Amino acid sequence: MASKIIVKNLIKSFGKLEVLKDVSTEIAEGEVVVVIGPSGSGKSTFLRCLNSLEEINGGTIIVDGYDLTDKKTDLNKVRQNIGMVFQHFNLFPHKTVKENIMLAPLTLKTMSREEASAKADELLRQVGLSDKTNIYPAQLSGGQKQRVAIARSLAMNPDVMLFDEPTSALDPEMVGEVLNVMKDLVRMGMTMVVVTHEMGFAREVGDRILFMDGGYIVEEGTPDQLLNHPREPRTVDFLSKVL
Amino acid sequence: MKFFELFYKYLPTYLDAMVITIEVTLMSLTIATVLGIIFCLFKLSKFKLLQFLSDTYLSIIRGTPLVVQILFIFFGLPMAFGFKWQIMVVSVVILSLNAGAYMTELIRGGIEAVDKGQMEAARSLGLSYGQAMRKIVLPQAVRTMLPSIINQFIVTLKDSSLLSFFGLRELVQNTRIIVSNNMEYFIMYAIVGIYYWVIVSILTAAAKMIEKRTTYGK
Repeated sequence: MASKIIVKNLIKSFGKLEVLKDVSTEIAEGEVVVVIGPSGSGKSTFLRCLNSLEEINGGTIIVDGYDLTDKKTDLNKVRQNIGMVFQHFNLFPHKTVKENIMLAPLTLKTMSREEASAKADELLRQVGLSDKTNIYPAQLSGGQKQRVAIARSLAMNPDVMLFDEPTSALDPEMVGEVLNVMKDLVRMGMTMVVVTHEMGFAREVGDRILFMDGGYIVEEGTPDQLLNHPREPRTVDFLSKVL
Repeated sequence: MKFFELFYKYLPTYLDAMVITIEVTLMSLTIATVLGIIFCLFKLSKFKLLQFLSDTYLSIIRGTPLVVQILFIFFGLPMAFGFKWQIMVVSVVILSLNAGAYMTELIRGGIEAVDKGQMEAARSLGLSYGQAMRKIVLPQAVRTMLPSIINQFIVTLKDSSLLSFFGLRELVQNTRIIVSNNMEYFIMYAIVGIYYWVIVSILTAAAKMIEKRTTYGK
């Protein structure tokens, strides 16, 4: 299968601190890649580099054939095809649920108002929030906010979705509803990169798991390989703490 | 009572003067807001030259008294460049430049108070920096800034009284003209004080009301 994302020798530092030291991997179309690792391992930074929210210091990232490090690449255009879901939702508090979803298609003129409205209704149905159309984010629970955030990023019809610890800020009883929406996306064949601590999710729907530590991908493999038969001592150590 | 007698007698002239005071203040604050946005974006930009321009502007305005700024612009500039100011125009120019510097800081504070995740979420959807600013960050910043903007309005309104000494017929100048005829210093200066106090109190109450409703959908 064609590679959707190619990362070669990625280096990223914040000031003197080198967070990503040498990261290379390829992600195929339709693949679901789960990134795990201790905090400070660079997994969130890695994800944020994939849509250029972080400017990288070395290496190359190619998404959909666009080289993100090439000055001529229109990053705004590339980002339209990459949805991102954040730990803290980052819904727009001054817009209603439906306005949140319609904002990007309308601002970027990829849809007419009618199309955007229909799309928003369809997405809200998909994430099970049709009854929350016209209220403001402040009135939603954490799980509902995150489902709206997922719907919002789907409004641009992206072909890659990035999830940055989407359930970490949620109360335990709300984790399931968000993971279910994500599983629906997996079933639809979406290419996904998910940074998470939800090992159950990783095992169930992940095609591949990357274990990161200290700015490197220490080990990668299928869920069965990595979770049941880890080879690296650091992986074994990490898994013994979280499983 | 003499107070009320004088109050009613001069009411029409005060209404005219009040219109001028508010007009000058409103125009100045509108221009100051535009200046504030521009210089704030300069300050936040990556270009060193723009940052320098913004810093210099702020430093000059905040580092000198308003009276010196008025004297310099009112007498200094026409002398150097050989032109004549119209009193309304020069008043608005001076107050806009002055308030603009304070608005710059105020707007920057408002923008920085908006969670960074808002900009990131907007950019991740494909919006440009400008689009994200206009659609997402600025509307939220304005909301938190409104009370301080009203406060700046109050400051500029009171500052506009300084222009009375240069012939702008606003509230104070109106009073000075009246006093030079009737010599009622005590009563007339009390009356003009009351006019300011009433306007400022109304604005303060408005600021408090807005402050109370800064969250959405609650």
